[in-house]
Amino acid sequence: MINKGEILQTIEMIDQQHLDVRTITMGISLRDCGCADMNKSCDKIYDKICRKAGDLVRTGEAIEREFGIPIVNKRISVTPISLVAECCEANDYVPFAKALDRAAKEVGVDFLGGYSALVQKGFTVGDERLIRSIPEALAETELVCSSVNVGTTRAGVNMDAVRLMGETVKKTAELTKHQGGLGCAKLVVFCNAVEDNPFMAGAFHGVGEPECEINVGVSGPGVVCQALKSAKGAPLDVAAETIKKTAFRITRVGQLVAQEASNRLGVPFGIVDLSLAPTATIGDSVADILEELGLSSVGAPGTTAALALLNDAVKKGGLMASSSVGGLSGAFIPVSEDAGMIAAARAGRLTIEKLEAMTCVCSVGLDMIAIPGDTPAETIAGIIADEAAIGMVNSKTTAVRVIPVPGKSVGDMVSFGGLLGEAPVMPVNTCSPAEFILRGGRIPAPLQSLRN
Amino acid sequence: MRAFITVIGKDKVGIIAAVCVLLSEQNVNILDISQTLFQESFTMIMQVDMTQSSAPFETLSERLTQLGTDMDLTIRIQREEIFNAMHRI
Repeated sequence: MINKGEILQTIEMIDQQHLDVRTITMGISLRDCGCADMNKSCDKIYDKICRKAGDLVRTGEAIEREFGIPIVNKRISVTPISLVAECCEANDYVPFAKALDRAAKEVGVDFLGGYSALVQKGFTVGDERLIRSIPEALAETELVCSSVNVGTTRAGVNMDAVRLMGETVKKTAELTKHQGGLGCAKLVVFCNAVEDNPFMAGAFHGVGEPECEINVGVSGPGVVCQALKSAKGAPLDVAAETIKKTAFRITRVGQLVAQEASNRLGVPFGIVDLSLAPTATIGDSVADILEELGLSSVGAPGTTAALALLNDAVKKGGLMASSSVGGLSGAFIPVSEDAGMIAAARAGRLTIEKLEAMTCVCSVGLDMIAIPGDTPAETIAGIIADEAAIGMVNSKTTAVRVIPVPGKSVGDMVSFGGLLGEAPVMPVNTCSPAEFILRGGRIPAPLQSLRN
Repeated sequence: MRAFITVIGKDKVGIIAAVCVLLSEQNVNILDISQTLFQESFTMIMQVDMTQSSAPFETLSERLTQLGTDMDLTIRIQREEIFNAMHRI
């Protein structure tokens, strides 16, 4: 029988330490929705999403009530739209984004991801059309998220795609300049993208996934931070053990919610993604965990080592707690979504270069970083290339989600609202990589031996 | 289905009575009760069996929350599975 202390501990985790299930994400294959007639294809997409996900929000809310655990977002991920859209001859894919947006609003989800293309080795006609439509698609929809995979460890990095994405990020910011470049907060450039990620903006339903599945993303940086307070001053291996135990508990809740949702919706369970995903709420911060480990501020020397310990311990604890761990699993380091990161960035204690080093050991990459609006497209492409190279060489997922905020310069603040938070505009190295970027071509896949 | 009801707040007359009356009206059986008082802070944990409940979970949950609001307490009901998942392998 569960004892009183355990019951009160659970309640405290939820109430005071912001333990939540960040998202129930339903992955839906749209591979059967391709059609030569674009309008018909859009109708099929809309109908299928409404049919499959009609009960998703209601079911999520019922689970939330019965277990007393907040489920912050209900989301949908779909087959990369370039694969579906290229069956039709239209040049402009924006109507597909609008159909997705209408469907997402109809079923009441918070976000829908999958306006995506996978171009690590080259573009098909559909891939290129989709990428060129991203700025307009993100400006004219609210809930649609987009991602493009530009590299993998096995294929290398497609530098033509990197260059194109530099321009795409820039255009997206321009078209959404009245919202501080908000479109860029819904656009991720990946290397080694995962196909079952439930987190936005990078979720899509990969081609190896089933017809429909339920993936759950759990969070809880506040819970980990609180647990570490009880191991203050202890050696780091003890801290790692503490994180593992906490991650185990958190993931078990995710597994329970995932199974329950899967049973009620009659949709197979895919994976639990245990990611410490911060929010701008005080006490829900990954930076706080790093500081609890003994750094005077995130960004100080030692930050990368502390993050490496955290990321690994989270994965180890989570693995045993779920029948299937997947997605991105680890620690996210989005600047605008983490109160501790925001404070460190504002005070100049955290730089983009340090964040880049941190992405070598965190679960994803440079995330939600506001940069000056006049940053050239080639420089953004340079940032993307660096990040993709880190992912490619280290066989890990990396990503770039930067926002060149139109009209803003270093030190200004920009607010995106809700979970996306607010961020100070951070300085970017002004030396130009233009000649390197304009070469185009591919960076060949790296050697898998002689790894030193 | 089994669930835990937790009542947390400032102690006053009639807390247990009010919760028990509500549960009895809905035909919810109480399996175990424990209560502690630290200074003026009151904590009660109640394990209940809802198999014969006349109201669906949602309704019972809403009524308990309302009772909590009326009595200036925090009252929650959560299915037992979440505690088992978190604390038992």
